[in-house]
This record gives sequence, structure tokens and C-alpha cells, in this order.
Amino acid sequence: MINRVVKNAEEALKDIKDGMTLMVGGFGLCGIPENSIAQLVKMGVKNLTCISNNAGVDDFGLGLLLQTKQIKKMISSYVGENDEFERQMLSGELEVELVPQGTLATRCMMAGYGIPFFPTPAGVGTEVAIGKEVRSITFRGETKDYLMEKAFESDFAIVKAWKGDKAGNLIYRSTARNFNQPMAMAGKITIAEVEELVEVGELNPDHIHTPGIFVNRIFKGEKYEKRIEQRTVRKK
Amino acid sequence: MLDKNGIAKRIAQEVRDGMFVNLGIGIPTLVANFIPSGINVELQSENGILGMGPFPFEGEEDADLINAGKQTITLLKGASIFDSATSFGMIRSQRVDLTILGAMEVSENGDIANWKIPGKMVKGMGGAMDLVASAKNIIVAMQQVNKAGQSKLLPKCDLPLTGVNCVKKVVTELGVYEILPTGGFKLLERAPGISIEQIKNATAGKLVIEGDVAEMRVD
Repeated sequence: MINRVVKNAEEALKDIKDGMTLMVGGFGLCGIPENSIAQLVKMGVKNLTCISNNAGVDDFGLGLLLQTKQIKKMISSYVGENDEFERQMLSGELEVELVPQGTLATRCMMAGYGIPFFPTPAGVGTEVAIGKEVRSITFRGETKDYLMEKAFESDFAIVKAWKGDKAGNLIYRSTARNFNQPMAMAGKITIAEVEELVEVGELNPDHIHTPGIFVNRIFKGEKYEKRIEQRTVRKK
Repeated sequence: MLDKNGIAKRIAQEVRDGMFVNLGIGIPTLVANFIPSGINVELQSENGILGMGPFPFEGEEDADLINAGKQTITLLKGASIFDSATSFGMIRSQRVDLTILGAMEVSENGDIANWKIPGKMVKGMGGAMDLVASAKNIIVAMQQVNKAGQSKLLPKCDLPLTGVNCVKKVVTELGVYEILPTGGFKLLERAPGISIEQIKNATAGKLVIEGDVAEMRVD
């Protein structure tokens, strides 16, 4: 067993520097690496490029790094529900690249698969296609235009899983899996924070979502707030 | 004139037994409330659910279980969970039978705009561009006329596009329209109490009316 365990967020993130590109897992506030984001605020690293489906809310998630102006560029598919984000974007302080959600997920996945680019029909004929190569491809008997999209390159991928073992094997819980799984495979260095860190042998190999080979560092998050963005319920 | 629930009720009539359906945010989400009980469908939520159920009972909400609108949700028996890349694999390979989404504008050749108002509102396209680029059947739920009284069924969209030549049907407060392969909004049904004249006034794009157009039936 190759031990991937580090003590805490501080040790896991210690070599993240100004100007680096980070993938950050989660969908909305669901499955975000809360402890790592708090540590990035503490470290004060600046001019970050963040690849993340969303930008958090004003006072949680990546919104915290926007408040402290540590992010130079966001690469996301949906950025509503965040006033500070909207203000920085419209004023030009923050660079924003909006990417269709499936393209975003697949650009992460392809990085993990070691495939440099792939064709997708999403965004053909829209401003997403500006500056990109368009190819006409016949597939399953149908000929249509595809955009050639690139795999992401990132210095670090920071993901959150439910359980992990000391070898870095990860299991996600429910829809907190989302972008964490493709991103875990995609970082030059992947950091995983988990709710429960267990001994090797405790996880059933059949249940592993991300094999430990992709995870360079793993630590148990100090605490999880797991904030809910839209609490919708029905009466009993 | 139909209200939001009326539009959702009418769209629910398009859902067939055995379909996998993706519902967008807003009016499309309401469609789930009106699917007749004998009809079995599986709702796909692009953040990674197949077999999405209703909202949880008070006190049973789970921060790890949300839908694409970030609302707390439940799973039905037989549901599955997957990552975002797998989710869009289902969409791109056309296994999702029906996509229902909202729009700001639709053009007579089936272009749709729903993600950006330059200089004013930029929330992002989320999964909409992937969905409209690959779905076999796309139904748009929208208000036909904006607050200023201008039609949103246009010869050509003014706003940045989400997808080209992809919308098959539009259901509004005033009627149901099929987008003809040759271009044009073919009026299929009128909303209760709405006249042809009202529909003509509210449609800026090419409107095609053949014979008597019946009123729709929504209970």
C-alpha cells in the first residue's frame, strides 16, 4: 500500500501558489471541498484560475475566494445566485469563461483519460463556438457539426468524497459525486478531503468510485457544514 | 390564457409511458406534478440522478441529495446516481427521450436563446447547450409575450443563442406550436378563450394556421 495520507488541509495545499489553475469539485454547494476552500482563504494565494461548475454563493463555497479577490478567472457553466460574482464579472475585474456543463464535465474526464481533445455538438452555432475548430463528422449514420473541445490542464484538482482509505481510494455519497469523480482523475496533483478516513481493507474494492492511483493526497476534513442552497420540502 | 401551472399541465400531456425525461428549471419543473398516474417515466437530473422523486418531507432533507436546480429532493425506488460526465453521456448519446426547458426567445426555425442578456444578466448556460444540441425531442415552455408586450416567438433570435434549429414544439400561455422543418410556428392548439387574432398579435415570427384550430383541453 502506498500511503497517501497527509495531516490536514494545511499540509495538503501547502504548495499551491499564486497564478495556479485549480479544479474544484461540487455542484452548487453540494459536495464542495469545504475545508480546502477555507484553507485557500487562509493562505491568501492570489490570481487563481478556478475550474468549477459553479462559483458558490456570496458567503460560502468559492464565493469566499471571490470576496477576498483571490480568483482571477472562473471557468464554469452556471454562475447565478452570487451577487459579488456578478458585480466582479460585469465590472471586468473577474475573467469568466462559460462552458456548457456537459463539455465542462467531459473536459475534466478527458484530462483524466489522457485524451487531449474531443468533438461535441454542444455550442455549435453559438458564441461558445467562437475561435474553436468545427468539424463535420458522420457518426451513427448522422452527419453534423461538432466543436473540438480541449481537455483541461490544471495544477491541482481538489475534490471531496464521503469515505476514503489511506491508499486514496474514494467513495462519494449521493449527488455529491457530481464533478468530484471526473475531476479526481484530472489534476496534475489531486487532493481529496473526506468525511471519513479509514484503514486500507475497510472499503469493498467493488464499491470504489475513484481508484487511489489518481489521488496524491488525502486527509480527513476537520468539519463539514454541508450548507443547503435551496431547502425544498413537503408537509407530512 | 394559461398560467404557469396550465402550461405545465398541457406539456404533461406530451409525456409518454416509458420515457426518460429531463426537466429544466422554472415551469418545466412543474410538469412533474401533472404526469398522469398510469404513465411511468423516469426523471433525469443532469447533476447525476435517474429516477428523481418529489421534495423530501420536512426534516428529512439531505444536503448531499439535490437536483440540478439545487433543490433538496428524494429518489424513487430503482433510482441511480452517477457523476456529471456520465450524466451528459446519457444526454449526448440520446438516451434521454424528452427535454423540456424554458426560453427567453425562440425563432421560427427552432433556434433557442435562454442563457444571457448581454450587459445585463449572465447566469450561464448550465446544461442547456448540451441538452439542446443532442436531444431528439425538445419542448419549450415559455411566456409568449414579454412584460413590454413584445412577442418572444421571432423570425430570428436577438439574444445569444443556446442552440440552433433544435426546438420541436413550444407551449405558451396562448397556444401550442410545432416548429415546421421548413420554418414557421404552426399553431396546433389555442389556449382556452384565446382567439386567432390574439395569437397573430403575439407572434412576430412566421405563423402557420391551417383550418380551424381547436382549443386545448386542460382540466
